[in-house]
Amino acid sequence: MSKTRSHAGRSIAAHAILITYTLIALFPVFVIVINSFKSRRAIFAEPLMPPMPGNWDLVGYTTVLEQGDFFQYFLNSMTVTVASLFFVLLFGAMAAFALSEYRFRGNLLMGLYLALGIMIPIRLGTVAILELMVSAGLVNTLTALILVYTAQGLPLAVFILSEFMRSVSDDLKNAGRIDGLSEYRIFFTLVLPLVRPAMATVAVFTMIPIWNDLWFPLILAPSEETKTITLGSQVFIGQFVTNWNAVLAALSLAIVPVLVLYLIFSRQLIRGITAGAVK
Amino acid sequence: MGALTLSQVTKSFGKTDVIKGVDLHVAEGEFCVFVGPSGCGKSTLLRMIAGLEDVSSGSVTLDGRDITDEAPAKREIAMVFQTYALYPHLTVRDNMSLALKQAGEPKAAIDKATARAAAMLALDPYLDRRPSELSGGQRQRVAIGRAIVRTPKLFLFDEPLSNLDAALRVQTRIEIARLHRDLGATMIYVTHDQVEAMTLADKIVVLRAGIVEQVGSPMELYNNPANTFVAGFIGSPQMNFLKSAALGERGESTGIRPEHLTLSRETGTIPGTVSHVEKLGGETLVYVRAEPHGLLTVRLFGEHDYAVDEPVHMTPDASRAFHFDAAGLRLR
Repeated sequence: MSKTRSHAGRSIAAHAILITYTLIALFPVFVIVINSFKSRRAIFAEPLMPPMPGNWDLVGYTTVLEQGDFFQYFLNSMTVTVASLFFVLLFGAMAAFALSEYRFRGNLLMGLYLALGIMIPIRLGTVAILELMVSAGLVNTLTALILVYTAQGLPLAVFILSEFMRSVSDDLKNAGRIDGLSEYRIFFTLVLPLVRPAMATVAVFTMIPIWNDLWFPLILAPSEETKTITLGSQVFIGQFVTNWNAVLAALSLAIVPVLVLYLIFSRQLIRGITAGAVK
Repeated sequence: MGALTLSQVTKSFGKTDVIKGVDLHVAEGEFCVFVGPSGCGKSTLLRMIAGLEDVSSGSVTLDGRDITDEAPAKREIAMVFQTYALYPHLTVRDNMSLALKQAGEPKAAIDKATARAAAMLALDPYLDRRPSELSGGQRQRVAIGRAIVRTPKLFLFDEPLSNLDAALRVQTRIEIARLHRDLGATMIYVTHDQVEAMTLADKIVVLRAGIVEQVGSPMELYNNPANTFVAGFIGSPQMNFLKSAALGERGESTGIRPEHLTLSRETGTIPGTVSHVEKLGGETLVYVRAEPHGLLTVRLFGEHDYAVDEPVHMTPDASRAFHFDAAGLRLR
């Protein structure tokens, strides 16, 4: 009796802490979204007031959609994020499979080398990367960004996925080998579906820094055609005057696609599909 | 259907030798069981026969063909795993037919082979289900069915019953024995359970630390063990080892199976006190502490009432006693 009560008490305390944290974390997002629907005067006068008939103004959105090629920026961000994600997951999973599955000389060293990138920020190499892209003729292309982000995401992907792949049953892979499946089919049809939750985790961790990044778009691809949404939003922030309506509207819009991607992956995170494969 | 020959097969991981030169011949249609404690290399040896582990030196021959460096799929073998290892995304039918599809067999032949295997294992009602919708016993039957469909020259079983509960284990064991009779195929079966070994095998291979200790039929091993390890491993409960010197026998130790000791309250050659009694209905196991030999097991048929701490006397059946030297080797 007392045991169940204390259990409920603990549960309430845990929820209270989590709800408080959620509120704190979501507060800035909430302020951005509500103010993006208000007039400039209302933003400064009453920043915490929700949008209502008196202060309702869509000027931010109309500015964003009229000025500059915002749809193009969106498309660029989407292309870069999705393509980088695809390559990080593909190459990361393949490297992780090789490291966890095959015994070869230097396996451990190779694993450490690949994981080293987690500790060394890729931005330290910005100058070298820029020189590389200039000599390769890739400046102001989305390819440059995709290459850099793939490199940036790989270390963590390899690290997390190789741990998970070690836990995939050897018997299952061996059964595939005896039945004559190629190593590629074993990887794609047997192993990958079983590590899908880990893939989703890696996807979320990889996606958000790429979508939010300002640094590499600014340096490697600042041209009008290749601007990403974060870089595109910067036009409204001036040295002396900032168009807050437009900035807030652009930021609100920028949240939507990443939220959609997150929802897709988090469904995968939750779905347990290993049941029945092995005991 | 084929005969398998291993000659001087070894396996090392780095500097550790796991299999230290195994010579073995398994005749066509024979049921051969590898048995030994965990870490003795029995599973590794099976994987080497399957081609899942490289052979460090020596050769593996199946049906007169050297398959030492052949890929697993090309060896005409099938394997049943401890964890079933069914493909989670495929139905039972597809699980069973995948190997034949990979080999490019015509569809009619595949359907026929699948139907035959399903009928043998009573799997017909489950053909369109996924592995996650089956019970443990059904999953292991599917795994066995997957092996049968391929009509391999050699069946390999890697502790197939370890994940099943006791009742199902006995049932599946009988099913495997029946399959062996019906198919007449050569089978190699790995287990650490000596009861499975005794009940299924035509030939038992006892392994310890990568070395074959003894090869023989179950009764040969039971009646004629080569050393203390085999004597202790085969037979349940385990053989008692008594100090020869205290008995006036030759050798270092004298082995007597629990069923070859008689127990009496009045007279006997070895005195001791009862330390524990296990009543199983059909038989009674009495554990007797007798110095200097230690704890001895006596297996009595039927029900017997012995109290703990009761003084008793044991008499061994001298004709069934085994004598071993200090190194554990049998003195004949």
